[in-house]
Amino acid sequence: MSLLEVEDLTVVFRQRGRPDVRAVDGVGFTVASGETVGLVGESGCGKSATAMAVMGLLPRRGVRVTGSVAFDGVRLLALPPDRMRALRGRDLAVVFQDPMTSLNPVVPVGVQVAEVLVRHRGLSRGEARKEAADLLRRVGIPDPARRLREYPHQLSGGMRQRALIAAALACRPRLLIADEPTTALDVTIQAQILELLRTLVAESGTALILITHDLGVVAGMCDTVHVMYAGRIVERAHRYDLFARPRHPYTGGLLASVPRLDRPRGTRLRPVQGSPRDTVPWAEGCAFAPRCPNRTGACTERTPELLGAPRALRCFNPLEAEVVPR
Amino acid sequence: MSLAQAEGAAVQEAPGGLGRDAWRRLRRDPVAIAGAALVVAFVAVALLAPWLAPYPPDKPVGQVTPTSIPGPSAEHWFGLDDLGRDEFSRVLWGARWSLVIGVVSLLLGLAGGTLLGLLAGAFGGWVDGAVMRLVDMMLSIPGLLFAIGVAAMLGAGLDAVMIAIAAVNVPVFARLLRGQMLAQSRSDYVLAATAVGVPRRWIVLGHVLPNSLTPVIVQGTLTLATAIVEAAGLAFLGLSGNDPSIPEWGRMLADTQRYLASAPLLAVFPGLAIVFAALGFTLLGESLREALDPKYRR
Amino acid sequence: MAAFVARRLVLLVPILLGLSVLLFLWVRALPGGPVEALLGERATPEAVARVRGLYGLDRPWYEQYLDWIGGVLGGDLGVSSRTQRPVAEELARTFPATVELALTALVFAVGAGVPLGYLAARRHGTWLDHLTVTGSLFGITVPVFFLGYMLKFAFAEKLGLLPTDGRQDPLIDAEHPTGFYVLDGLLTQNMEAFGDALAHLVLPGIALGTIPLAIVVRITRASVLDVLHEDYVRTAEAKGLAPATIRGRHVLRNALLPVVTVVGLQAGLLLGGAVLTETVFAFPGFGKFVADSITARDYAVLQGFILFTAVVFVLVNLLVDVAYGLIDPRVRAA
Repeated sequence: MSLLEVEDLTVVFRQRGRPDVRAVDGVGFTVASGETVGLVGESGCGKSATAMAVMGLLPRRGVRVTGSVAFDGVRLLALPPDRMRALRGRDLAVVFQDPMTSLNPVVPVGVQVAEVLVRHRGLSRGEARKEAADLLRRVGIPDPARRLREYPHQLSGGMRQRALIAAALACRPRLLIADEPTTALDVTIQAQILELLRTLVAESGTALILITHDLGVVAGMCDTVHVMYAGRIVERAHRYDLFARPRHPYTGGLLASVPRLDRPRGTRLRPVQGSPRDTVPWAEGCAFAPRCPNRTGACTERTPELLGAPRALRCFNPLEAEVVPR
Repeated sequence: MSLAQAEGAAVQEAPGGLGRDAWRRLRRDPVAIAGAALVVAFVAVALLAPWLAPYPPDKPVGQVTPTSIPGPSAEHWFGLDDLGRDEFSRVLWGARWSLVIGVVSLLLGLAGGTLLGLLAGAFGGWVDGAVMRLVDMMLSIPGLLFAIGVAAMLGAGLDAVMIAIAAVNVPVFARLLRGQMLAQSRSDYVLAATAVGVPRRWIVLGHVLPNSLTPVIVQGTLTLATAIVEAAGLAFLGLSGNDPSIPEWGRMLADTQRYLASAPLLAVFPGLAIVFAALGFTLLGESLREALDPKYRR
Repeated sequence: MAAFVARRLVLLVPILLGLSVLLFLWVRALPGGPVEALLGERATPEAVARVRGLYGLDRPWYEQYLDWIGGVLGGDLGVSSRTQRPVAEELARTFPATVELALTALVFAVGAGVPLGYLAARRHGTWLDHLTVTGSLFGITVPVFFLGYMLKFAFAEKLGLLPTDGRQDPLIDAEHPTGFYVLDGLLTQNMEAFGDALAHLVLPGIALGTIPLAIVVRITRASVLDVLHEDYVRTAEAKGLAPATIRGRHVLRNALLPVVTVVGLQAGLLLGGAVLTETVFAFPGFGKFVADSITARDYAVLQGFILFTAVVFVLVNLLVDVAYGLIDPRVRAA
């Protein structure tokens, strides 16, 4: 049995006076203990909503979540709020995108790390403080005793993300979700933070769901990669297979839009045409069809299924050969 | 920024003053409709008081003694006041006084505030500093005490009340207008308009002023509400003069509150009239603010 | 922090000096001037000239101003023409009552306003929220003196629950060492006087506190709504913290920052509103004294009281800024 089993997860945002929005539309995947899984797609494809649904962080009003999320055999969606709260921060943790806004500006950094320990491990404030200093040192913050007393505005962006990672990993969770953890950071810091995440989850045996739009991030870290489009998974593969032989035209497009050193100089980047707004409802065909170079008549008549295991694909006209530069 | 982009920014980011969008939102907002209805009713009563009022507001129409003041009846809907006058007619006429006091004091305050604000904004430097210090000084006195001081200086009377309330609003409008002009002239869309070569005069007339006026319109509507309440307060304190025939709501309330035991309704009618008039302008002002200023939208 | 306070205090000096000049000139501009106010309108020109000489009114205005401001700084605010007692003395006598009343109003406004505003924000869009918003608009609009009258009518006249007038039942034998009657009751261990003084504060406190209440509700609601959408609240939720911790440490601690500023601004509103409230409830404080001085044309009192109010208002807001700096580390650094 896997650590996390997500089946047919659907998230619908309902707002009065507007049509319902299906942000996540029947997503299923599993994460084994200690495994690192990538969730990849453009913004608005439902990857963050998936993460929020797993964490039970979606507002109860105006959002309908259906399907099943089993964590270590416990069905999370059916869990009463207080029991979910006891799991969050202890067994399930999350690191968000923007470290500038994810820390409370009027509370010392130390308190924000230590409060998880007080809550979930029942430590006294003094003990929690000591352990928080250790945690800050482990995530590479120098002079942790001083930093504990400081406020977020006194820390750099990279430092804040380190502090948030320290808080997320404080209770050695079994699953960590990192939602675009490096997007808001300077390029030079990004690699450091990713390296830190990789080391820490390896040390503690924590499973990691890495959510990103950046295939470069996925390439270095993930075991299995799920590519999402318009709320559904369109391709799933081990990272080597995915990079060597992408089958879905969308995956191919994503890969072709990343600069690569192994291509001849002068190769043009080929971005995916159109924007995520050019989409059709899945019920009427393939949502990617309007942007797809391989589109045929079938694509807008029937809905493709996600087929195959372990490698899976949702496409009528997949890319046959390796996408190589011309 | 390319020229085309700058042009786009100038067109898109300039929040259109009283745009069609705002108007559409206002018409669908129940709060705005309620406010507008109250305001329309208030203004209509004020204008039509001579025709609506069944009796003269300043002459006794029945016999009363301090111990027996007749309450509401078919002939006298709100009863008679302590001097035997028809309370309903007096409340209707009171709308007229409140509207006049409110509008005049608003216009005077707006004129004074605009003058100071433009002075500060246009000259800058030490003029700006001096004007703003003066504004700070005026704002450091609580509004009602400031108004009392001004009214006392001018000698009690309705004109004194109007000037006093206007004086309280002068620093408010001055600061608002100066801040707006400053913020607008530094905003991105003005920069963008300058970049694409829109003439300076057109920028000020077409962008800065209309956008500065939006908050002034909102503040003006809300100020009408407070002016009505403040005027009643000053009258309540006896600053509206000695003429007992003038049916001013605050004064009516002050004159009749001693009949708390025998005729409590006498003070309630003018009180409710003040509440509804002020509420109308408040509701309208608040919904205007929401409709015009995207910041307040949720 | 000390430097911040010092800088703010220095900035206050020109404002207060300018204000004193304005108030000084204000008395000169009064109808008939202070001499006529003193002697009455039918005084002979000779008598007027004599009194002018007596009070040094024939000297240039700036010399008179220096004289006057010197006296003010030494605590001499002139003499009330109505009571024939020093204005400073009257101020000291009546101010404690108003402080008691204003504090009651403030406790009511913040004590009820913050929870109400918080609840409305948490239940955003529900009937409770709409009711709170509509109610607060009513609260901002209703005139203090009318609300006071209605409260008097309902709770005192009809239900007979609470006293309508004054600060203390004259039949109660009470001592007043400090002038703060509630405190006096405690100090002299006179529980009857203590309870009676409290009961006298309830209705005027509610009347005076309603506008601040409405303002606090609106600010709290808007501020909590903003904070609830902040990423750090989501982080706190993701940590699985107890609801009370999230509410206190992460939501309210941030949401109350604007409320603190607004409470400071209420000080002016409360002192102004006290004039009307104390008149309605015959509450013998600072405001009632001002109201009585208006009809008596007691300008020395008005001048002294307005100057004093401005000083209090400015100082309260300085205190609020300091408090703000203590809560918000970002301001402290700036």
